[in-house]
Amino acid sequence: MRSDTLLWLAQRSSAAVLALCVSVHLVTIVYAVRGGLSAAEILGRTRGSAAWLAFYVLFVIASSVHAPIGLRAVLSEWLRWRGASRDLFLLAFAALLLFAGMRAVLAVFG
Amino acid sequence: MKVSIKRDSSFQEFEVPRHPSQTVLDVVTYIQRELDPTLAYRFACRVGMCGSCAMTVNGAPRWTCRTHVDKVARNDRIEISPLKNLPVIRDLVTDMSGFFDKWARARGQFEGRLSRNEDFSRVRPESPDRLQVDAAIECIGCAVCYSACEVVSWNPRYLGPAALNRAWTLVQDERDAGKIERLRAVAGDAGCHSCHTHMSCTERCPKALSPTASIAGLKREVAKALLKGEV
Repeated sequence: MRSDTLLWLAQRSSAAVLALCVSVHLVTIVYAVRGGLSAAEILGRTRGSAAWLAFYVLFVIASSVHAPIGLRAVLSEWLRWRGASRDLFLLAFAALLLFAGMRAVLAVFG
Repeated sequence: MKVSIKRDSSFQEFEVPRHPSQTVLDVVTYIQRELDPTLAYRFACRVGMCGSCAMTVNGAPRWTCRTHVDKVARNDRIEISPLKNLPVIRDLVTDMSGFFDKWARARGQFEGRLSRNEDFSRVRPESPDRLQVDAAIECIGCAVCYSACEVVSWNPRYLGPAALNRAWTLVQDERDAGKIERLRAVAGDAGCHSCHTHMSCTERCPKALSPTASIAGLKREVAKALLKGEV
């Protein structure tokens, strides 16, 4: 009961962070590529930017929290997969999202 | 008009004459009295007070007594089946005991804190909590929302919109002494946190209540209680 409530709080708060992050992310993309940008030009702007690094680290963490909790409901309701094996799978999924996301962030901003 | 009625696993067709202001309950009653007396169905008041005549009409749960044929017939046809998410006893009659057991599991009973020797409580009608109760209190337990809820069909343990709506009216009742126990009962996988806010219950409620809003209120109250260390 406590864990379900904590997961709900985690999903709600990560959703609030994602609403902001996704908006900023999309608006920035649309704004930045209006005149066309090469990969080298993009990297030139992102590398060494501490503010963008912090923003995308937050984005990746929020995604890694939010997505597995949503997937938990899908697995429970559609596949009737419950219990410790499901939660271990979801922990692994969260770790994969965090690893892949952080790898991409460090490549672009590091 | 052609009427298909679900009996066991197949549909049986009947030809029923149309009348002005005819309700779906009139149609079922005509079939039972004139065409096939073995048809089982349930009703009592016929005027939208008791909530016992709910069935699935053309795919959607409705009170048959308050549903006019003119509104639901498509190409002069109606399809009637029992409420979904409830075990069928026979034909259009469902077993409601599991539905009401969930009201008890959601601690839907009022728990007073005063004895008969004390003066009765005074609740201000305009107080915010009482207004929330007023918005949700008119439920008559017809199970239309329960039948419309996809989460119930995916998770049979889920308490469902009606039981959670009832719990919400008690959580907001300043006279009630069982708030924390009730919040414990309605949280978790079988409770308010399973609601996906599809709003099928709110769309279908014949009393125009919003169990979705009640369930959202429960989620907030459980979260607050958790942060305060009460649950």
